[in-house]
Amino acid sequence: MKYLATFLVLFTIYILLAGFYVQELMLGGIVSLVLTFILAKLVNYTIDYRFPVKLLVFIFAYLPIFTWQLVLSNIDVAKRVLSPKIPLNPGFVKIKTDLKGDFAKLTLANSITLTPGTLSVDINDDYIYVHTVDVKGKTPEENREIISGKFEKLLGVIFK
Amino acid sequence: MEIVSYVFMIIGGLFYLLGGLGVLRMPDTFDRIQSGTKATTLGAFTLLIGIGIANPDWLLKVFLIIVFIALANPIGSSALAKAAYKSCELPKNLVQDDLKELFGGEDNDSN
Amino acid sequence: MIDILVFSLVGLGVLFAMIRLLIGPTPADRVVALDTFNIIVIGVIALLAYQFKNSLYLDIAIVYAILAFIETIVFARYLEGNHGDC
Repeated sequence: MKYLATFLVLFTIYILLAGFYVQELMLGGIVSLVLTFILAKLVNYTIDYRFPVKLLVFIFAYLPIFTWQLVLSNIDVAKRVLSPKIPLNPGFVKIKTDLKGDFAKLTLANSITLTPGTLSVDINDDYIYVHTVDVKGKTPEENREIISGKFEKLLGVIFK
Repeated sequence: MEIVSYVFMIIGGLFYLLGGLGVLRMPDTFDRIQSGTKATTLGAFTLLIGIGIANPDWLLKVFLIIVFIALANPIGSSALAKAAYKSCELPKNLVQDDLKELFGGEDNDSN
Repeated sequence: MIDILVFSLVGLGVLFAMIRLLIGPTPADRVVALDTFNIIVIGVIALLAYQFKNSLYLDIAIVYAILAFIETIVFARYLEGNHGDC
């Protein structure tokens, strides 16, 4: 099941990119087959019949919030670039995450990097270490709510 | 359609300019990493979308580049930030440092 | 006309990143500038594809993006080996 789903996704992407010709179909089949075996052997992930639903949730619920945060963070960067004397108190804080799985943690870390004023530095087990320009919360729970609260719930739904 | 694509391209160029300016003007390394990554990521998104709107045939390849940049750019900046932390270029006025428990103390070689 | 505007904005971004690449006080600053520079160059290649009306340039942009990512990771790994004395 996992092999078949991975093969279908890869093959569809290949055909969309290369065009619908006989040679491309054959070459795409071979390349997708090899890639499927390599990925399924080496990478730890799950893919099943709920994948299209998750993809739709990802596109229509997660991406708008993410894009809005990206725009906000760029306005923030513009403000700080044009007047670099804004008082700051930078710091490295660690926040706990409940997400399981490598892809979920990767997505969360990337989202944290692209939100205003934060930059994820490292992941160790269940903790993400974040450099923030302005440490707001006093306790780890407050920091967690401020930095990753929005994304954590949605990603929990998507990656189960 | 042409006007929309031009607007996207100009906004993308502005964000690229902002990224270069942020890398030049920010006071310490971590601020430079932040502003450079954020501004250039959004700049690349808008500029590529503008090009995709101007030529709808290319939309799929443009989308592939956007996905790749969205995945790879934050990972690269995270690796850079970790390297900068390990080579001791900390900001002057830190108020909190939780990373010390991970890298500080003995000189561990774990990845 | 508008093409000239877009190219000049992007070119100014390249110029600023290049200045930081030259004057950066520490190696990490130079690598940050190089990373920014690479992402800007991806946009420049895509703009060239638009100017020359040739979609082959987009393939070059894809390959350049992959190489830039690997380059950043390799430089970061190299810098991690250089422990300062803190």
